[in-house]
Amino acid sequence: MSGQPHDHHVQGHHDHDHDHDHPHAPPPDADSDLTYHQAMELAVTSLLLEKGVFSADDMRRQIEAMDARHPGLGGKLVARCWVDPAFKARALADGSAACREIGLEIGPLKLIVVENTAEVHNLIVCTLCSCYPRMLLGLPPDWYKSRAYRSRAVHEPRAVLAEFGTHIPDDVEVRVHDSTADMRYLVLPRRPAGTEGWDEARLADLATRDSMVGVAFATSAG
Amino acid sequence: MSGPATDAIPARFKPGDRVTVREAYPLGHLRTPFYARGATGVVERLCGAFANPEELAFNRPGLPAQPLYRVRFRQAELWADYRGPARDTIEIEIYQHWLEAAP
Amino acid sequence: MRSHHDMGGLEAGPVVPSEHDYAPWEKRVDALMMLLSARGLLKVDELRRNIEAIGPEAYDRMSYYERWITSITQTLLQRGVLTSDELGRRMEEMKARHAAEQAQ
Repeated sequence: MSGQPHDHHVQGHHDHDHDHDHPHAPPPDADSDLTYHQAMELAVTSLLLEKGVFSADDMRRQIEAMDARHPGLGGKLVARCWVDPAFKARALADGSAACREIGLEIGPLKLIVVENTAEVHNLIVCTLCSCYPRMLLGLPPDWYKSRAYRSRAVHEPRAVLAEFGTHIPDDVEVRVHDSTADMRYLVLPRRPAGTEGWDEARLADLATRDSMVGVAFATSAG
Repeated sequence: MSGPATDAIPARFKPGDRVTVREAYPLGHLRTPFYARGATGVVERLCGAFANPEELAFNRPGLPAQPLYRVRFRQAELWADYRGPARDTIEIEIYQHWLEAAP
Repeated sequence: MRSHHDMGGLEAGPVVPSEHDYAPWEKRVDALMMLLSARGLLKVDELRRNIEAIGPEAYDRMSYYERWITSITQTLLQRGVLTSDELGRRMEEMKARHAAEQAQ
């Protein structure tokens, strides 16, 4: 975390292309300025606290829960699939049940696990908004929510993958999943070679966030 | 993120069925992507039944729940100019009221 | 008609692998959605609908959580949880308080 009181990052990460100026863009976010939307958040939160809709403690706990979610949770699921074929079969049949089986708290998440094989490479996108398995990966990165990714991942997935340095041979099917409704998706990447005998904790570290979205392979051994 | 609902419309399709996405352009909040409308694919699985998001969006219950399917399309079916191999596919979640049986 | 948010297949530039640590105010917006949703005061599809209702130019100009707080607030107004008057007054108070803190 930057530890700074204001968000200095967002200005450079708007979900649009940067090839034209916006005549009505707000002024750059200066240290001392509270932006219109930040003021709105403060106002809404304070009104809801005042009305007793939730307490400051509720808010704090919610943010703590959010901060506690990270790709290591998805990695735990992946590692178990890698070492236990029967568990993998259950995870592919019912991803949510498999999460609960290994103690992952996923709330109402309806999870579909899709497996990368020698024949198929899977890629996840949400073209309509930003659906993402946040219970298993944490909050999504900016690029996942960007206009470029949302527009192009469905139409030219191989070009998008190549931009991430991920090259898929033509004899492998690229299968895109547009996360349009109630299900959320996690890619089960291929287990890297040379990891025979590794324990689950060590394997879990190889299942990076990007590999579980499908834009990358799992990290190689060694 | 609504849970599966009990008050549900019966499922009309099963995995392997060929289906066509309705070519409709109503107002409102829709979860059927523009690019998929009118396309024909194959039901990959039935995901269960879920309250209709087109109703939930206006704070109505969205019941009875709509069966939700994952439909697999050949990329070439969706994009005339698709540049990848013919084997490439895409899977999209589509609610039953957006689907028609295809020959 | 294609809606502005429904962008699958449109031409766009390269995917810039950008990310940032979410700022505290962004996390509070996210938490607001979760808290309101758990209390039956906001449905996720209402959040989406009100995001989709943001005009195309504003949609592209605003950051992700700017769109969210706009939509959450719009939903609370639609549902009568908040009124425009109290919202406007409280925003002015927040700006004044912030300015006073900065001046110290």
